[in-house]
Amino acid sequence: MSSGEPLLELRGVQKSFGAVHVLQGVDLTVRPGRVTALVGDNGAGKSTLIKGIAGIHPFDEGDYAFEGGAVHVKSPRDSNALGIEVVYQDLALCDNLDVVHNMFLGRELTKNGVVDEDTMEARARETLDGLSVRTLTSVRTHVAALSGGQRQTVAIARAVLWNSRLVILDEPTAALGVAQTEQVLKLVRRLADRGLGVVLISHNLNEVFQVADDIAVLYLGQMVAQVEASTTSRERVVAAITTGKLNEGDAA
Amino acid sequence: MSVATEEIHDTQDARSRATVRGLAKEYLAKLRGGDVGSLPAILGLVALVIAFSALRPETFTKAFNFGNLIQQSAGVTIIAMGMVFVLLLGEIDLSAGYTAGTSAGVMCLLLIEHGWPVALAILACLVTGAVIGTCIGLIVSRLGIPSFVVTLAAFLGLQGVMLTIIGEKGSIDSGEFVAKLNSENLPVWLGWVVAVVLVALYAAATFRANRRRRRHGLNSQPTLLWALKSGFLAVIVGLIVFYLSVERSPNAHIKSIKGVPIALLILVGLTLVLGALLSRTKWGSHVYAVGGNAEAARRAGINVPMIQLTCFMLSSTVAAVGGIMLVSYSGGVNNVTGGTTILLYAVGAAVIGGTSLFGGKGRVVDALIGGTVVAVIANGMGLLNQPDSRKYIVTGLVLLVAASVDAISRRRAAATGRV
Ligand SMILES: Nc1ncnc2c1ncn2[C@@H]1O[C@H](COP(=O)(O)OP(=O)(O)OP(=O)(O)O)[C@@H](O)[C@H]1O
Ligand SMILES: [Mg+2]
Repeated sequence: MSSGEPLLELRGVQKSFGAVHVLQGVDLTVRPGRVTALVGDNGAGKSTLIKGIAGIHPFDEGDYAFEGGAVHVKSPRDSNALGIEVVYQDLALCDNLDVVHNMFLGRELTKNGVVDEDTMEARARETLDGLSVRTLTSVRTHVAALSGGQRQTVAIARAVLWNSRLVILDEPTAALGVAQTEQVLKLVRRLADRGLGVVLISHNLNEVFQVADDIAVLYLGQMVAQVEASTTSRERVVAAITTGKLNEGDAA
Repeated sequence: MSVATEEIHDTQDARSRATVRGLAKEYLAKLRGGDVGSLPAILGLVALVIAFSALRPETFTKAFNFGNLIQQSAGVTIIAMGMVFVLLLGEIDLSAGYTAGTSAGVMCLLLIEHGWPVALAILACLVTGAVIGTCIGLIVSRLGIPSFVVTLAAFLGLQGVMLTIIGEKGSIDSGEFVAKLNSENLPVWLGWVVAVVLVALYAAATFRANRRRRRHGLNSQPTLLWALKSGFLAVIVGLIVFYLSVERSPNAHIKSIKGVPIALLILVGLTLVLGALLSRTKWGSHVYAVGGNAEAARRAGINVPMIQLTCFMLSSTVAAVGGIMLVSYSGGVNNVTGGTTILLYAVGAAVIGGTSLFGGKGRVVDALIGGTVVAVIANGMGLLNQPDSRKYIVTGLVLLVAASVDAISRRRAAATGRV
């Protein structure tokens, strides 16, 4: 397929919610420095797959390897420790907290046992500036007061605040306007160019072909194929998403 | 370009915030946005004090009554402070009153019947509270039973435990030392020393924080606002201590009563300690996070059951402190300690002060303010020779008004996008 040791490798992962068998033996490979797009129809299991990677709904079965070694990810702390950051589809922000506290949620910096508000605020500001976020006037605003796009930015900023190895974004552009979408896609590309692994979930194939290096197609809880973007076409991907079959000659 | 425009913005901000008018404008904008905090409670308190002072100038405004009011309300207010931690999670503790009663009962029993030293008996009281809180917290967080049901069961059960502890006699004395806690006063000079130290600490701490923020290049409170706040605090604290330092005994030649009540010192101390726990520690941040969005907190790696457990533990331990103040005021534990309206007043105090029953919003100082409102109503109505019936009706109405203010400010906040 492509060069580089895989950052993340899933083999045959399974996940059920009660009687619903959502993931039925899914394989996924994410390489550093590449954007892997994860596509599939509504309910295909994309969000469930990344929640398993993040450890908030651990997989029932299957192999999970990170940087070549088998790991056990059973809680968000485990995935954070590996350097995996996730921007969830529903953003997972606390409306009653300000931007700073949301960005450091669960990982607040302390000095002498006291939350170090100043350093946190300065670093939050820095990170947001690094993402060239212009619309946020104060990082002390409560998240409830932000627009959909601003909330999205906060969620993304939270993911890049830490020295992450793998950033997963679940439909990060769904709520964004044209200019903001463009910014997020540029950011996604920048992260990969910095050598991080990036997984991008999106329903917008224009976006996918614009930034992705690899495309993984999920169909009803099964991985149809993972292919290089340059070797396939939009029509073939659409067919794979809707029928669950990829035309001959595309599979890598 | 963005940086340039922002800088212009900042300097404009700084200039407008350097005047009293600019500050007032900023504050009004915040209020209009629905961020009212405990302002309604403070306004209500002022209105009540004015009303009762006009109706009963000869008794209500007396320093004697003022001191008495603080001691009367200390128990409920402290229970309310503990309750804030549980309310912040969107949970409730209906058993807090009898947790106070049971813990205090254990203390009195050990002190009087078993002759334990005071320190050990008080420790046992706190441990009893902590154990009760641990049980409730474990059931709520591990089994996922709604706290309303669990603490309703505890409310009934603990009442039985308390009656068992008291036994046949119907009451146990609190002993001399405990009785003093909620009846004696600090020497006048010590009251002043404490006041000066408190104000100085506040001014110095906020000044240093501002300087540090400026050095970090962060937005800081304008020096004018700092000066106004510190000055205002100094005046209020000064007035209170002054008023409490005058002789307020009706028969001063028999027994002199003056100075800051020990109860007030305990109230302020608890407010500072519990407030710092909530606003300064990582744990406190997590409490707000769980109250705001438990799923987001869980995904951020916060141990949600542990936060729930510790909040119930703390709440019940603080309730035990409230229990000490209750038995100290009434001279001992009896079959109504922690019962009747104590719990409802405590929840009411927290809510009136601005704590939301929906979780995620509230401060310890809210309980102090709300507790004072409840106490003023009870005290003032008593002086007006109003029967209990009217007192309950008025308190109920005030609680309803407070809850409406919460709901309305929420709707307002939703409209402007704040919480
Ligand atoms: N917590 C849960 N409990 C039960 N079923 C669930 C749960 N989470 C997801 N599912 C089910 O798993 C299936 C896959 O859901 P998932 O959210 O992973 O889809 P998705 O591919 O992310 O879809 P979308 O594009 O709409 O976001 C759906 O049928 C959903 O009903
Ligand atoms: Mg999804």
